[in-house]
Amino acid sequence: MTAMQHDPAYNFAYLDEQTKRMIRRALLKALAIPGYQVPFASREMPMPYGWGTGGVQVTAACLTPEDRLKVIDQGADDTTNAVSIRKFFERTAGVETTEHTVQASVIQTRHRIPEAPLTEGQILVYQVPIPEPLRFLEPRETETRKMHALEEYGLIYVKLYEDIAHNGAISTAYAYPVKVEGRYVMDPSPIPKFDNPKLESAAIQLFGAGREQRIYAIPPYTQVVSLDFEDHPFEPSKADHDCDLCGCGTSYLDEVITDDAGGRMFVCSDTDFCAARQAEGHRGRLSGEDAA
Amino acid sequence: MRDDALSGGFADTPVEAARAFRAALEAMARPGSIHAVSGAAAPEPLSVAAAVLLLTLCDRETPLYLAPGHDTEALRNWLAFHVGAPLVGPREAMFAIGGWDALAPHDAYAIGTAEYPDRSVTLIVERTELSNAGTRLTGPGIETEAHLSLPETEAFQRNARRFPLGWDCYFTCGDRLAALPRTTRTEAL
Repeated sequence: MTAMQHDPAYNFAYLDEQTKRMIRRALLKALAIPGYQVPFASREMPMPYGWGTGGVQVTAACLTPEDRLKVIDQGADDTTNAVSIRKFFERTAGVETTEHTVQASVIQTRHRIPEAPLTEGQILVYQVPIPEPLRFLEPRETETRKMHALEEYGLIYVKLYEDIAHNGAISTAYAYPVKVEGRYVMDPSPIPKFDNPKLESAAIQLFGAGREQRIYAIPPYTQVVSLDFEDHPFEPSKADHDCDLCGCGTSYLDEVITDDAGGRMFVCSDTDFCAARQAEGHRGRLSGEDAA
Repeated sequence: MRDDALSGGFADTPVEAARAFRAALEAMARPGSIHAVSGAAAPEPLSVAAAVLLLTLCDRETPLYLAPGHDTEALRNWLAFHVGAPLVGPREAMFAIGGWDALAPHDAYAIGTAEYPDRSVTLIVERTELSNAGTRLTGPGIETEAHLSLPETEAFQRNARRFPLGWDCYFTCGDRLAALPRTTRTEAL
């Protein structure tokens, strides 16, 4: 595993050591206070805000040369964002990369949790755009901070109630708010609410918001409850179809428009999961046509 | 004296600090788990694990308190060269190091504020013994239960009751370390 070397023009994992120490201290306090957003001095990274600068800084602070890194964007390993971040760390940290969830020790993700259950020894790093679950209800940071301090979360329940009053059901489909260990309400980043049950995991989950300068965390085996009401319980939902490539009926699906005549297909959002199932011989509705 | 102060740091800081941090991260994420670290050699009485933690987490931005027993001239010189942390009293410290009794009174440290509970001290407690026996631990990071040889349980129970305020602890013994965040519930057996 030591065969790969990082580009000597860069410090290991890009960031300077003092920056890494600052991020590492924030990460440890984040683990000690699950769900609480620790402010940190986010740095300029060689990519635009919105491309995962928070996640990249957290990953850089955690990587060791022995790690094997996987990066996904909406479940896919082969999108521009995921490919770029993988190349970035191949060059600056010299770590091995993989597309297979089970082989990765560090997984950086944008807006999905992999379908394969994560295990002890794995770290899941989330890219977070807006870390504050109360932000769209209360724009002032001074106020939301006070609301967290006082555990004053009435407003967010009102929002969920208004959903029900207007639509008959809670219409929030992603970034669905959770309460961590019975104390802090937390934004799980814009993962689909289908993924919320997987927030209770054996792996360490770290969240980095670069533009908003916040880090937070969920330790393994920590209670994470999606907010709901007794008469409107939380329901993780997905498209009511099977994957058209691997036939899986339980994975989270993307809808793909295939022509301009209303044609469409549903495929697993997790490309590694779907490819592994196809390799095992599972077939979906459209796999025959696609077979080359 | 000067030779003592100049040697004993990381040979390859970026890589050794990264490995040390992963051990510290795993320890804090899984309270009671014990991890071995290496790469630092500080003057007595600082253990290898405590020296590694200070090199990995502390710098000129982290006020540090040396409890009696650890407040020696040799150690001050070593820290000045390798870490550069300003030495302060318990109340201002972001990190504090010493034996459990030497760190007393344990209520003297920063426990954060209601709005910023992260502005609290991390205690690095030097132990002569560290094993997965004794006090029962439950809480975040622990699947069922864990055990760790704590110096006492009452102070940790009091600390946990203040959640989300409170301090967090590392325990160091030789080249091994474990951690106890404020969320862990402790129960003497």
